[in-house]
Amino acid sequence: MSPLSSPAPAVVVRDLVKRFGEKTAIDHVTFHVEAGETVVLWGPNGAGKTTLLRCILGLIRFEGAITVLGCDVLREGKAARGFIGFVPQELGLHGEQTVEEAVTFYARLRRVPPAQALGLLDAWQLAEASHSLVRTLSGGMKQKLALVIALLADPPVLLLDEPTSNLDVRARRELSAVLEQLKTAGRTILFCSHRTSEISKLADRVIVLEQGRKIEEGTPDAVRCHLSERLVLSLTLSPAHKAQAASLLEHHGFTVQLNGTHVWVDVIAGRKVEPLQLLAEAKIPVLDFDIEQAPAERPTPRRA
Amino acid sequence: MMDVTTVWTITRKELRDAQRNRWVTLLAAMFAVLSLALSALGLSSLGTIGITGFGRTAASLLNLVLLLVPLMGLLMGAVSVSAEREQGTLVTVLAQPVTPNEVLLGKFLGASLALMTAISIGFGFSGLVIVRGSGMSQLSVYLNLVGLTLLLGIVHVGIGVCLSVMTRRSATAIGLAVFVWLLVAFLSDLGVMGTSIVLKLTPAQLLWVSLGNPAQVFKLAAIHALHGNLELLGSSGLYAASVLGQWLLPVLALLLVLWILLPLTVAFQIFHRRGAL
Repeated sequence: MSPLSSPAPAVVVRDLVKRFGEKTAIDHVTFHVEAGETVVLWGPNGAGKTTLLRCILGLIRFEGAITVLGCDVLREGKAARGFIGFVPQELGLHGEQTVEEAVTFYARLRRVPPAQALGLLDAWQLAEASHSLVRTLSGGMKQKLALVIALLADPPVLLLDEPTSNLDVRARRELSAVLEQLKTAGRTILFCSHRTSEISKLADRVIVLEQGRKIEEGTPDAVRCHLSERLVLSLTLSPAHKAQAASLLEHHGFTVQLNGTHVWVDVIAGRKVEPLQLLAEAKIPVLDFDIEQAPAERPTPRRA
Repeated sequence: MMDVTTVWTITRKELRDAQRNRWVTLLAAMFAVLSLALSALGLSSLGTIGITGFGRTAASLLNLVLLLVPLMGLLMGAVSVSAEREQGTLVTVLAQPVTPNEVLLGKFLGASLALMTAISIGFGFSGLVIVRGSGMSQLSVYLNLVGLTLLLGIVHVGIGVCLSVMTRRSATAIGLAVFVWLLVAFLSDLGVMGTSIVLKLTPAQLLWVSLGNPAQVFKLAAIHALHGNLELLGSSGLYAASVLGQWLLPVLALLLVLWILLPLTVAFQIFHRRGAL
């Protein structure tokens, strides 16, 4: 693979346009990512972040030009993808493979000796799960496995699509720490996120996307006005209590969204504890909670 | 230029997936049990042993093949791409240093090899029963039938893969596969019969219409391989035999190969034009 400290930009996106029929998903977007830099793509759902990453991987056709370490992704897609490790949002791993089979399969596609690849399982504390089926792993373990697969051939560029979106609080913190290590090691990282905590901690630069257009680009401090100031209380509840909790909180005027194992409640700074008190009074156990700034697309709280 | 190692890596994964797939196992087991039962019954009924017994068995096997093998091939092909697309695993595979065509070819070969294994196991059991009942005299004829059946299976895997590439959801791909199977296995025969009566087709026209269905091509080839003539198929069969003479079997086998290439070419084109995702 190419050296991590190449003087030329690692990723160059020039006048990118992607249309799906009548709809323009990406509208004349231009930016670059320097080698060793960590850049975050920020924007609400439908802003075009995932489409942009798929264009960089050369998986979909587009107008404009994209190069990764000098390789045109449409003309030399295979070579360009050789420089990239990718973690998709939905962790697209084959559930019926064992962890060992999954790593061996992707190692063969990357021409990495399987024995060397399996050594990574030890380094990432996945060795004990090597004979488990991928579908039986926890969200955090799956995310780790997806990262191991992305890092198999030690690629100089990492693309991550909302890497922490399906994780619980603990797994999210673990992953953030791993990403920090990779950043310190000089890896070029481009990832989509809507969590301001990750952006403050990891990003050298933020590119703000809205409806397929780049509306701002700069350091996290420079683009702070585009990042939401609202807070979200993320509650982890047992599946049996989720609907009851959502109904109770909505009854008390909170805006609630169900997301996997989580219930997201929009709150303002002075009333963060109120949903917890309401749930405690109703004897609905809260397994875990976290507070973060709201993603840009989420609606304003009704009452809180 | 395709990379053989990449294609083989994907082929091996597909084979392993097929081994784990309950539907594939069920269909393979059904084919094995039915072909074994038909062979045993065909050779034992009425106490007939020898060529007549083999002929009856082979005819029964032919009907079983025409019914089950296209369905197996179509279903295995239909889920190959659409299921991965739906589960989000296709994007992870395509994000590796591979080309979409390598992935598609690997998937086609994997599904084909899995089907060939299932067919070979079924035919293996019934072959043992046939050899035990009627000796080795009909072995070459039987092997011809096995070879043609493998070709028929691969044709339908190719059609299934094409349907899979065209659809976003695996349920849609499976629905289309079942529709094509009904068309191939049942409606085509009825359609050709009806058309020939209404339009008063000549034997030559009837033959050309039949060749539009790969199952009919297989039937022509298999009956010729088993009986040495096509009298069973009436005027169009006789016409085919008279026009093609000794080239009949090679030409029909070649047609089946073309039937493999045609849907695959369409699938590659769709993958290329629409994008693999």
